[in-house]
Amino acid sequence: MPSEMILLLGVNHKKTPLAVREKLALSSGYDEPLELLGKIEGIKEYYLLSTCNRVEVLVSVEEGADVQLALSRFLFGDALSPEEFQQYLYCYRDSEAVHHLFMVAASLDSMIVGESQILGQLKEAYRHSADKKCTGPILNRLLHKSFSVAKRVRSETEIGSSAVSISYAAIELAKKIFGTIENKRVLLIGAGEMAELAAEHLVGNGATDVVVCNRTLENALDLAKRFNGSAVGLDELFDQLGRVDIIVSSTGAPGVILHKKDVKPIMRDRRNKPLFFIDIAVPRDLDPALNDLDNVYLYDIDDLNNVVELNKAERDKEAIKASRIVDEESLKFKEWLAGLGITPTIADLRKKGNQVVQLELERTLPRLNNLTDKERKSIEKMAHSIASRLLHDPMIYLKGESCKDQSAMKVDIFRSVFDLDKKP
Amino acid sequence: MLSEVNYLLFNAVLLVSFVACAVYLVFFFSQREHLRKVARIIFLSSGILQTLYILSRYLIAGYTPITSQHEAVTFFAWSVTWAYLSFHWRYSVKNFGTFVSILTLIMLVIAAFASRAFEPLTPALQSLWLPVHAGVSVMAYGFLALAFCGGLMYLLQERELKSKRFGFFYSRLPSLESLDQLNSHCVTTGFVFLTLGIISGSAWARQAWGTYWHWDPKETWSLITWFLYAAQIHQRLTYGWRGKRAAVMAVIGFCAVLFTLWGVTFLLGGVHSYAK
Repeated sequence: MPSEMILLLGVNHKKTPLAVREKLALSSGYDEPLELLGKIEGIKEYYLLSTCNRVEVLVSVEEGADVQLALSRFLFGDALSPEEFQQYLYCYRDSEAVHHLFMVAASLDSMIVGESQILGQLKEAYRHSADKKCTGPILNRLLHKSFSVAKRVRSETEIGSSAVSISYAAIELAKKIFGTIENKRVLLIGAGEMAELAAEHLVGNGATDVVVCNRTLENALDLAKRFNGSAVGLDELFDQLGRVDIIVSSTGAPGVILHKKDVKPIMRDRRNKPLFFIDIAVPRDLDPALNDLDNVYLYDIDDLNNVVELNKAERDKEAIKASRIVDEESLKFKEWLAGLGITPTIADLRKKGNQVVQLELERTLPRLNNLTDKERKSIEKMAHSIASRLLHDPMIYLKGESCKDQSAMKVDIFRSVFDLDKKP
Repeated sequence: MLSEVNYLLFNAVLLVSFVACAVYLVFFFSQREHLRKVARIIFLSSGILQTLYILSRYLIAGYTPITSQHEAVTFFAWSVTWAYLSFHWRYSVKNFGTFVSILTLIMLVIAAFASRAFEPLTPALQSLWLPVHAGVSVMAYGFLALAFCGGLMYLLQERELKSKRFGFFYSRLPSLESLDQLNSHCVTTGFVFLTLGIISGSAWARQAWGTYWHWDPKETWSLITWFLYAAQIHQRLTYGWRGKRAAVMAVIGFCAVLFTLWGVTFLLGGVHSYAK
């Protein structure tokens, strides 16, 4: 095994409630946290990912270095005590860490499995780390690999396109109610990421008008700009309800913001044109009793999950295919990682030397006539000696203590100079 | 000779309609796309056979075959079938054919149990008004029957969507919007025919009995039916009644239609009763 260890620590939406994730999310960008991370003793390469649904650090450390506690301190800061954060934190090593990273990149670990945003977020996070030279040969390779795994999963399975996501479920339902989404108007209450994703899908399916309604108008404007829509404040919510068809609500409000008695008169004004409410906020924004009104259809996140369940068999098939790809790529990476050790590299180098000598001897000897056995043996010996002599210095360099902390990089360069990873 | 052909034709109609209904049902369960095309072709054949059967009966009897129970119900089935097929050119509503084919088959089976004998026409019915009045009325029933099927489908789909269980019907039934459009289209068309039927009937009554309207039970019930549909259309246009209410109204309206067709004949009697 190489002298490095890959370690991945993080929290995600599966185990950690939103309230905790919010505290951990990095609001100030990547630069400052990366600097902090670099100060931790024993870390050689590091990379940091922060999205709404997850915060993860990926590092390569000296074998035996104990950085787990320091890393979790870094993640949680002063937000939580060690006893508290233990229940949320996950920690993977080596091949497990690789596997997890590939799962994340391929969007198999996402809240909305198959959504494509995560890959962009991963790439951006990597760019920050790479710009600051935080990553080295192992993480560079690993992260590039994770991008290609994600692409492979996307092109070889239907995970991205088929009925995998909650947004998809919302579209399905909208189609059952409206027949088509073409020219339907969408109102987003709250400007969160989920709402954005749902809106993206709706617009992608032909919805025309997007109105963003948010407490802070500034955020609403930002999001509205993305869809060429308009932005309004929360006080205009009721006016808007008369004009739109599909409402996606995702505010962080603690209680219900829209009651049955508010919507009832609106239905009269709308001449009973159907209203389709999607409540993806937790806790819920919309009064469940809305669903009792004629021509009003309300679905919360669990209901949408039920629709997704309908297509579960199909999705499971695709997910199995996708995780097979991830497994395969993880294994390949493990092999590459193992090759980074000095001993196998030296063995590979010797083997390569022998191969070259053998090849050349086979070519030359038949052309030399009248050789005695003794002469033939001398020539063979000489060829082997030349090869050994030539390889001697590089090997000494490889084994040398000179720049030990960069041995991984050294091995990597070495292997590419001598082309040792070429498949036969 | 012709009467034998006539007899066989009706059995053929029954058989073909049964097959169409069966294939539609298999399609409904399996959702295999090629079955739908097969079913539609069989249903179209059934429609053509029904037309031939009614023509052959016309040739034998020498008058429009719409006076006995058997004839009226067969004509009803024919109008439902052709209303559906004509509707189909303009709109495609997912799995609508399954429901319509079941309704048609039920009517044809009822017709099969009624007497197929040819009865001489009473003098009052020997008029050119007979095909006009009865034909237009039965066409109205055909479209109203479609609205009824659409209404049932709407109520089923609405229940799935509201209860959030997403079971068997959810994936198989079309969107609420398309069912509501179907309802609006069929009720409007049916209502126009119904109005024409009542006007032509009243004109005929003036000619035959001297008064436009004399409160025969069938007339009364037609009027009640007419008001039910008129109310629905009025509400849709003014208050935007749609969706569930429109669907319920279509079902209630059709019950009134059925009562006008059968209930009146068997329970209340009157000049419209079929020849015994």
